[in-house]
Order: sequence, then structure tokens, then C-alpha cells
Amino acid sequence: MSLDPALQAISIPQDEEGPVFDEPWQAQAFAMTVKLNEAGQFSWSEWAEVFGAEIAAGTASGQGIGNAAYYLSWLSALEKIVAQKALLTPEQLSTRKAEWREASENTPHGHPIEIETSAK
Amino acid sequence: MASNHKHGDPLPETVLRVKSLESLLIEKGLVEAEALDALIDRYENKVGPKNGAKVVARAWVDAAYRERLLADASSAVAEFGFTGAQGEELIAVENTDKVHNVVVCTLCSCYPWPVLGLPPVWYKSAPYRARVVREPRKVLEEFGTQLPQSREVRVWDSTAETRYLVVPKRPVGTEGMDEEALAGLVNRDSMIGTREADSPAMVEGV
Repeated sequence: MSLDPALQAISIPQDEEGPVFDEPWQAQAFAMTVKLNEAGQFSWSEWAEVFGAEIAAGTASGQGIGNAAYYLSWLSALEKIVAQKALLTPEQLSTRKAEWREASENTPHGHPIEIETSAK
Repeated sequence: MASNHKHGDPLPETVLRVKSLESLLIEKGLVEAEALDALIDRYENKVGPKNGAKVVARAWVDAAYRERLLADASSAVAEFGFTGAQGEELIAVENTDKVHNVVVCTLCSCYPWPVLGLPPVWYKSAPYRARVVREPRKVLEEFGTQLPQSREVRVWDSTAETRYLVVPKRPVGTEGMDEEALAGLVNRDSMIGTREADSPAMVEGV
């Protein structure tokens, strides 16, 4: 299977059943990376180099080695490699992030929306 | 409990970064949403709707647990060891003869992942997010769920801080079943509210 090299190259937090994610964003970052690799946007060794550098930097700065720290490094590496490969620019990312932030701040959220649904 | 609700809080920075990457890569056609979901489904097997099914089955057989679940779902599911890393509040909403609950995240795809795992594709899709608020009965019918017209439908909007778990109605004809067997009737969609729990005949027929 195409993912096997990925699983072997860098140990993804996992148990005997496979990778383990603490939070959905970790799984999403993981999945995007694997799919871009499968699509040939970068090789897994290129990824491992960028990711390994992030892990090393994180470790040097005293970041833990739990799932969260692991995937934070993963995410930073993904942002770097999509820029290196000119798939997305840092400007596109920061603009989009501001848009999402604004949407999340301005949407009145968490309120149950009660719908009148008596017989039509 | 309403005082705990936060409105319009920004999503966590990490989530914003991932959402930005994901939405741009999808728009550019570099990745496909369905393919990402399929991959996650394949590898995400630590957390899943079986967790929620255990919670619901316990609530069906144990009145005291049901009370705790409806009063403080975060603590009640933590009794099973199901906890969220972000500390968001979980609220359980119970289906009855009078009320049917259904959950959406109109903004994105907030979901009670400690009890249900990662959300299905349709939950994250724009049509579901938009339509279930406007025409919940029609959307439910598309899921094969026909409700009596007398039953009120309530739609709950999830957020990064507040997630909802629907406790479906216990199916008829299950009086003699134990907790484990009952959990087998609790399908994922019934805990989102788009379907009802399976009947014993449906499960045996598989």
C-alpha cells in the first residue's frame, strides 16, 4: 500500500491498530500530507527532511514529544513544504487564516437554533 | 449551563492553520476532501462512534447514569474515560416522543469527537450545514428518517467549545436486551440525530 513507506520512514504515533490522533486537526494534517505525497507533490524523503528539521527544532526548544507536539511540528513542516514547492504562498495562508478567524469570531455560535416545524 | 456558552470565540490557532491549508489545497484541486476523509477513516480507529454507543446504551439501562449524562455530559462520558483534549463542553440532548434533536456545525465541522470520532463527509458538507437548519424534516427524510408531524425538531449548532451528543430513543422490543447488545443498535447517525437507533430486527438481519 502506498502509505507503507510513510509509516516506516517516520514513526507516526500509533498502536497495533494504526496511527492515533488526539484531535481531528492532527488527522487532517496527516491526511493532507499523505495525499500530497501520493499525488507526487513531494517525495517522502523530502517530507522527512523538512519534518525532521521541525522535530529537531521543537525538541531543541524544549517542546514535549507527545502527540500534540508531534503534530504541531508536523503542521509547521506541512506549511513549509507547501511553500517550498510553491503549492501555496505564505500570504495565501495568512490571508485565509484571517478570514477563518473573522468568520469564527463573527458567527454567533453555540446557540441552539430552534426551528418551528409544526405540520406544513 | 447556559452561562458556560461562549459566543463568537475564535477557533484555536492550530485549527485555523489546518483549516486554511485544507481549504486552499482543496480549492486548488491539490487534494480532494473525500480522499482526505477516506484516509482518515482508514487510520482513525482509536476513537469512534462505538464510544458514544456505549454511553447511550448505559443511559438506556441505568436511570441514574442517564440523569448524570443529561446534567453534565462531559463528566458522564469521562466515567468511560472519554475526554476531550481541548476541554470543550459536551451536552447530551435526549430524543423523546415529543422532541427529535439533530446536530450541525453551521460554521465548519465541530463534532463531539471523544464520543463519535471524526465527522462523516456529509456532516462537513455545505449542503447539510445550510439545509438542516432551514428544512430539517426534509433533510431527515433524505436520511430515511420519517418523524410524526407532531414531533418537534430541534437543531443544535456546535462550536469549538460546545458539542452535542444526541441520545436516540430506545427502540421498541428491546426490553430484554443487555447493555452490550443495546450498544450494537446505536448507529453513528442516530447520535447526530439524522437517523434513529436500529431496531433489533435490522441488526439481526445483517
